Amino acid sequence: MQPRPDPANRAKSIGARAISGLLRYGSMTIMAFLLFGVILLISGNSPIGSYSDLFSSTLGSARGFSEVLVAMTPMLLTALAVALPSRIGLINVGVEGQLYMGACFATWGALTLSELPSWILLPAMALLGMIGGALWALVPGVLRARGLVNETITTLLLNPVAPMIVSFFVFGYWRSPMDTNKTANFAPSARLPTFFDTRVDLSLVVGLVLLGLFWFVMKSTRWGLEMRAIGGNPQAAVRNGIPYRTYVISVLCLGGAVAGLAGMAQVSGFYGVLLANFSRGTGFMGFLISWLAGGNPFGIVVTSFAVAIITSGGNMLQLTRDLPYAVINILLAFTLFVVLARPQLYPRRKAA
Amino acid sequence: MTLLSVLGVVSSAVFSGTSLLYTTLGEICGQRSGIVNLGLEGVLLVSASAGFAVTDLTGSPYMGVLVAALVGGLMNMILGYLTITRGANQLASGLALMFFGFGLSAWIGRAYVGARITGLPRFALPGLSELPILYSSLFQFDLLIYLSVPVAILVWWVLFRTRWGLGVRAVGESADTAFASGRNPRLIRYQALFVGGLLAGLGAAHLSIAYAMNWTEYMTAGRGFIAVALVIFSKWHPIRAIAGALLFSGAVAFQLLLQSSGIQVSPFLLDTIPYLVTIVVLVAWGGTRRHSAPASLGRVYQGSE
Repeated sequence: MQPRPDPANRAKSIGARAISGLLRYGSMTIMAFLLFGVILLISGNSPIGSYSDLFSSTLGSARGFSEVLVAMTPMLLTALAVALPSRIGLINVGVEGQLYMGACFATWGALTLSELPSWILLPAMALLGMIGGALWALVPGVLRARGLVNETITTLLLNPVAPMIVSFFVFGYWRSPMDTNKTANFAPSARLPTFFDTRVDLSLVVGLVLLGLFWFVMKSTRWGLEMRAIGGNPQAAVRNGIPYRTYVISVLCLGGAVAGLAGMAQVSGFYGVLLANFSRGTGFMGFLISWLAGGNPFGIVVTSFAVAIITSGGNMLQLTRDLPYAVINILLAFTLFVVLARPQLYPRRKAA
Repeated sequence: MTLLSVLGVVSSAVFSGTSLLYTTLGEICGQRSGIVNLGLEGVLLVSASAGFAVTDLTGSPYMGVLVAALVGGLMNMILGYLTITRGANQLASGLALMFFGFGLSAWIGRAYVGARITGLPRFALPGLSELPILYSSLFQFDLLIYLSVPVAILVWWVLFRTRWGLGVRAVGESADTAFASGRNPRLIRYQALFVGGLLAGLGAAHLSIAYAMNWTEYMTAGRGFIAVALVIFSKWHPIRAIAGALLFSGAVAFQLLLQSSGIQVSPFLLDTIPYLVTIVVLVAWGGTRRHSAPASLGRVYQGSE
């Protein structure tokens, strides 16, 4: 055990820690880029040219910047879906499945209620999406609250089931005459409004507002206090009369609802149609982001933005470097590896 | 429904289930030492693409299988470095490994999309080749299929009947106790992960070199996660893993049987059966599962230098 630093020293050490942290994370990021540079070299591309293209195509123009925000939007919500249950010590690895169920329920709304005006239809779809995601988290929540099965296992097992259910509808009842692997395009009233002629849609604002709300609830409400108590020591919380089971079920369902909202936002905002297998790991990316950010709302925004720069750079690789889009995952993974191999950037929360 | 069509269904179910058995066995090795590999999907993809590429380059499918297995072992070493040496969170490290696999396999495989290879040779066991050609052609399997059940028994023997296996299980139950009794938890975990990676690599090789005989991005289609589910279903036991793989193959066979008999059931709904059965089984066990899962699964071994 180290001796506690006195307040004057502590302020200094926080400043020193911030600088050394910045230096360390800067050098780690450079390492990740060097490693990926080798991959670029082997495939016959100049790393320097590719990187300058990557940054100028994402941060160098208003259009590119808006695409980064588009890529960041689902990550905000999926990371929140992990961060929320993690505050009471629950590990939600099932965001991928909850996202698909939310998209599935919201699509049902979009296809059957398409007559309704936009201002009723969109909230209805959002609600349906949240119900879908919450239902997908309900089973793990109940099983965990009753002490039957750990939620890590059940949320993980339910992940692959949701895309199958989506496929069942997409290739069955909702088959569009034009394409085999997607539904008919949504009516304009079922699309989220976008800003300034870009693909940035309303769900970015919703995500930021929800993260702010999450911060506020955790900091200044009774619920936040009780959740922190459960996260700190569940047994002590129960002894103090906090309804532990109710919290486990409702918080996990709430996480699922946020994930479902992310699914609704993806189909209603980004795609405008329900595609079979539309998400390749968006939910898992949310888990990683929440974990890296230590469940901190501000950290989630910063980390999502950084990850979004990398992933939207994948389009550039595909278009100008003749590499598959998925190759950008290597750069992403290198960055994650070097960060994972080091202590946390933000103060660590329990579990995820 | 003729005998021939039933046998045909069984034969194709065996082909689709083999890669899962190897992968599940590999994950059992890792988890018995206390390490969850959620990045199995990525390991499988990289092994499958590397094995396919080598088979295409050298023309030798056995060479491809060998390389795929080694690549699987090396991929698991990345996870080992992060979780064992650096003490990183296992779930997060595994998911990072999965994204790495998405990228690396797409990069390795990009020149081989649509390539044709001669797959792993298929042959009938001596007794079966006496059958009429119509039947014997259904029982032409490749070497990896014939070896799958013996390998499961071998893994059981190694884990439960050798000194090394005892060490692996001891580390998985309590790394500190294993250390106190003179074992090196870190080394043992690395070894178990490498062996697990080799086995997963064999599974991936069977998928790309023997079964599908082509390469497409994301071709494993969630098999890594099915394997993680089957490890739980089989209670971390190699012999029960055979039953787990059969459960999955059975669902595939059932689906094919229904199709051939003209009953319309969506294949997507049938695909959900193995997952739902696993959850039901977990619920049915209730409290007993605590005795079967390695006690220190997912925990970081801080070590005592």
